[in-house]
Amino acid sequence: MTTASVSLGASVSSQSRFMQLALAALLGIFVMGFVGFSHIDAVHNAAHDYRHSMAFPCH
Amino acid sequence: MNLFRNVVFIAAIAGLVAGVVLACLQAYATVPLILKAEVYEQAGGGHHHDHGAPAATDSNAMSTTAPAGDAMSSAAPAAAEAAPADEGWAPAEGFERFAFSVLANIVTGIGFALILVAVSEFAGGIGGWRQGVFWGLAGFAVFTLAPGLGLPPELPAMPAADLTQRQIWWWATVAATTAGLGLIAFRKSLPLAILAVLLIVAPHVVGAPQPDSYGTAIPEGLHHQFVVAVTVTNLVFWLVLGAVVGVVRGRFTGTATSLRDSFA
Repeated sequence: MTTASVSLGASVSSQSRFMQLALAALLGIFVMGFVGFSHIDAVHNAAHDYRHSMAFPCH
Repeated sequence: MNLFRNVVFIAAIAGLVAGVVLACLQAYATVPLILKAEVYEQAGGGHHHDHGAPAATDSNAMSTTAPAGDAMSSAAPAAAEAAPADEGWAPAEGFERFAFSVLANIVTGIGFALILVAVSEFAGGIGGWRQGVFWGLAGFAVFTLAPGLGLPPELPAMPAADLTQRQIWWWATVAATTAGLGLIAFRKSLPLAILAVLLIVAPHVVGAPQPDSYGTAIPEGLHHQFVVAVTVTNLVFWLVLGAVVGVVRGRFTGTATSLRDSFA
């Protein structure tokens, strides 16, 4: 699975690379967590059909 | 933040494409079943998560008894119809509801894409659409299959355990399955592979939070249809997401350093 020979942003140091990728992953978790898991009623109601269709725990 | 920007750019394109595809599939396959289930929900009446009927009758009752209530109900008839007073704002039925579903699909599509791109970059990156399909299968296993075993897709008006406990189990299962699949795929060691299997199995040994009673007005056939629809639509979503990430990333890296520098 590790056959990709080119990487994005190869010029950055490995530590900075780790931080940037971790930040991107956290941002993704935050976004889907807010839309799919927030207990705020308005957010729940707006994404209601989506939550059910994704089998996210709902109600 | 050159790398971060590239990851966000790729995720935005892939999430947009896969989110629109998923929204179309849902409109055809899952939303009609949800609407059917809401008929049972409203017929049942006393459920804690009723969507329309009780609120509508409440405001009608108010308007007939009190003149002040009459003014209130005429001020916001659409909102009262869509959202019971105790549940806050909700989109109006029809187009608005559909539009918010599409928006939710795109936004979370980008969220899933961010996770997928970031994690795959740690492992060397997705090299093309075909590798992307395999990464998509992994995403499907992690985010749909594994949590769906313990907490099957549920329709409105179906009984369920405490929401927070289910959400904790959901996230723990996603984390354990991710770790397990990662160990199997990227560590060539038998003990670690055994550990991986234990990690994947563990959440199901613990078991998902279950409701006190399974009684529901929803026919079993309708629910089964919904489980199949949700699982298949999610599979397509993940395959499209992975493949598009592979293609877009290829465009990026294919044009070599000049593009990278111009984005820097």
